[in-house]
Amino acid sequence: MGIIKAQDVVYEYVKRDEEGNVEGSIRAVDQVSLDIEQGDFIAILGHNGSGKSTLAKHMNAILYPTEGCVWVDGKDTRAEEELWNIRQSAGMVFQNPDNQIIGQVVEEDVGFGPENMGVPTKEIWERVEESLKAVGMYQYRKHSPNKLSGGQKQRVSIAGVLAMHPKCIVLDEPTAMLDPNGRKEVVRAVRALNDVEKITVILITHYMEEIVHADKVFVMDQGRIAMEGTPREIFSRVEELKALRLDVPQVTLLAYELQKQGLDLPRGILTIPELVAALEREKGSLKKDTPEGKDKKCP
Amino acid sequence: MSIVLEHVSYIYEAGTPLAQRALDDICLEIPNGQFVGLIGHTGSGKSTLVQHLNGLMKATEGHVYYNGEDIDAPGYDKKKLRSSVGLVFQYPEHQLFEIDVFSDVCFGPKNLGLPKEEVERRAREALNLVGLSEEYDKQSPFELSGGQKRRAAIAGVLAMGPKVLILDEPTAGLDPRGREEILQQIKRLQVQTGMTILLVSHSMEDVAEYVDRILVMNHGRVMLDGAPREVFRHYKELEEVGLAAPQVTYIMHALHEKGFDVDADATTIEEAAGEIMKALGRSETLRN
Amino acid sequence: MLRDITLGQYYQTDSVIHRLDPRVKLGGTLLFIISLFFFQNMWGYVIAAAFLALVIHLSTVPFRYIVKGMRAILFLLLITVAFNLFLTPGTPLVSFFGGHVRITYEGIRLAVFIALRLCFLIIGSSMMTLTTTPNNLTDGMEKMLRPLKLFKVPVHEVAMMMSIALRFIPILLEETDKIMKAQIARGADFESGKLVQRAKAMVPLLVPLFISAFRRANDLALAMEARCYRGGEGRAKMKPLIYQKRDGIAYLCLGLYLVAGIGIGRL
Repeated sequence: MGIIKAQDVVYEYVKRDEEGNVEGSIRAVDQVSLDIEQGDFIAILGHNGSGKSTLAKHMNAILYPTEGCVWVDGKDTRAEEELWNIRQSAGMVFQNPDNQIIGQVVEEDVGFGPENMGVPTKEIWERVEESLKAVGMYQYRKHSPNKLSGGQKQRVSIAGVLAMHPKCIVLDEPTAMLDPNGRKEVVRAVRALNDVEKITVILITHYMEEIVHADKVFVMDQGRIAMEGTPREIFSRVEELKALRLDVPQVTLLAYELQKQGLDLPRGILTIPELVAALEREKGSLKKDTPEGKDKKCP
Repeated sequence: MSIVLEHVSYIYEAGTPLAQRALDDICLEIPNGQFVGLIGHTGSGKSTLVQHLNGLMKATEGHVYYNGEDIDAPGYDKKKLRSSVGLVFQYPEHQLFEIDVFSDVCFGPKNLGLPKEEVERRAREALNLVGLSEEYDKQSPFELSGGQKRRAAIAGVLAMGPKVLILDEPTAGLDPRGREEILQQIKRLQVQTGMTILLVSHSMEDVAEYVDRILVMNHGRVMLDGAPREVFRHYKELEEVGLAAPQVTYIMHALHEKGFDVDADATTIEEAAGEIMKALGRSETLRN
Repeated sequence: MLRDITLGQYYQTDSVIHRLDPRVKLGGTLLFIISLFFFQNMWGYVIAAAFLALVIHLSTVPFRYIVKGMRAILFLLLITVAFNLFLTPGTPLVSFFGGHVRITYEGIRLAVFIALRLCFLIIGSSMMTLTTTPNNLTDGMEKMLRPLKLFKVPVHEVAMMMSIALRFIPILLEETDKIMKAQIARGADFESGKLVQRAKAMVPLLVPLFISAFRRANDLALAMEARCYRGGEGRAKMKPLIYQKRDGIAYLCLGLYLVAGIGIGRL
């Protein structure tokens, strides 16, 4: 069993009318099973209402499955006596940077988690220092969070979770409210956590370009896992992604378009240099065997 | 009929040591009916600029003219200006407050002191323009989905009957599907009404497809101004100020540098694919 | 518009006063304010002024910054002064409107004293908030009020609520500003009209503001729980309050001031 395992998870919201009578229920998560290995970088993709945030909230016992089971670090999330251990092993970063910073000063906010866990004072300071350094916000430790940019605030939030020494971090659309610069900052910080600190990362997002470096991608739609695979596998299924109306990067779209028009390119191209190199190879091969090559390929 | 800015500067906390120049000597003309994208990163002054266009902020130096009249001249009717130049703020759904969608959209025209029938006619028309049919009229605005809330909020400004519509980051916080839907709705709106539209965004890729003209702001100045393809030609300069041209631009320039005979100005996927096929000498073969 | 209020906002710098234990500053401010009500002659105020000047000097907060914050309460100050000036009975000096309104010697004396008392009171208490982070302040309060726990007063919870409220004040002020502008763009009018109309005009501002505040509160509660917050029990302190030598010296100075001020001021 990996660090997080979900088995046939179903989550239903109960909808009530104005008098409080049950009107029916909405299935936000529908029969989801997944197993996440320690140290992986996982991305969960999907648009609003696809159930991805609801699923994320199961990963640190904010929500419990209606049916099925979720284990974090081998512990069933419904076990009440393990609640705080679960929340400590699976930290969570939320979407709105303003609504998750509690401290008035950056360092005090980062210390909030360890304080709650009853970590001795001296160690809290050590953890705060190393966490802020890990996200590159150490020089801002004395600043007020209100004076920081969106990307910086999110990095502080990440440090706040990091200071709790979690085994895995779940980030629930941490970049949705940021501008492109902020998004880059946050994604860079998240990748560093995974590469350097070896922390399992579960990144929930609707920006395709943020999942390029993931080890594994899950695409959610209508509460179910619609696609699953490495980024390259996912990106090679352009038609399906388009049908789910996800934002496929232009470079992938262009490569796909060229393939459709008859060019022999590798599948699932993710970056600009990849495409340029592939096209150069194509050009080289064309030069070599023209004019016969032309005839050969298009009889 | 146009908006003209003449040497407009705006200084926050003027006269104190904290003074900051948010706008720096901006000269600009936006003719009627144009669809303009205003691009810049956070803090570039773009939000400050748009608030000058409907008189919410007053230029520290310089003048803003709407249809040839100085909007800061004594006696100028600001309320009328605000009904002609509609401004939709970022996250407009946070401004919804009425018990149902229809009443909320009525708020604007009601403030103009119009008769009840006219108010309701305009509200209905505005809701049609954003694609919210009558079935939503009696719903609470707080129960709509994210994209619908945003449409309702935009309708609230459209119901004022503006000639110019300014949208500050209309796609912020929406998912790809919501982004595309809102942008297409805005484009339709522009085609249908011939309204002048100013779309503020930090994403080039979002606006490139839709607008006639792009203004790039940096440090309170207009750094670039032109048709999308002209602006994207300066992709290296854009990069330096933390903005990026669409990926296609990078691909085409990279190919051009590698000796491919492609037109580096291509901005859409189709154009780019066509150019690449042509450069590889494959376009004819395909047709054959 | 609303962001100009600087009264009592933490001023970030490093000084002896900033480093003092918040309990010293809390107690000191309280005693300083009480002392103001004992003064019956000019000398008391002179000593208070000297004490305040010393504190301001040590805090390295620019005097102009403090005065700027005072503008917010100027109106209140003027009204209080006017009331005392015109409505105190005693030996008349000047009179207007056929003796209906007059200024007396006692009135002037009282008005000056009240004005000084009010100014000192506000400067004194803003010296506390200017030099202490709100978190630090609530920590101090929590520790000072700890005995109340015996009477089932939720001291920790109240302190936590205060510190969160303080963190969100600037955010909500900014939000108010934004909503106001957005509604003005829709033709709302917050400035003219009679009282009833004005009150009604606040609805489009208050409804979105409340909804936003609730949403934020909900998000925040979730974020706090996700970070293992479970009340004051078993919580460690990142910055525990421990008295230092400088705090002892500060208490000594305060004591000296109180003896001198009240002793001389009541002569």
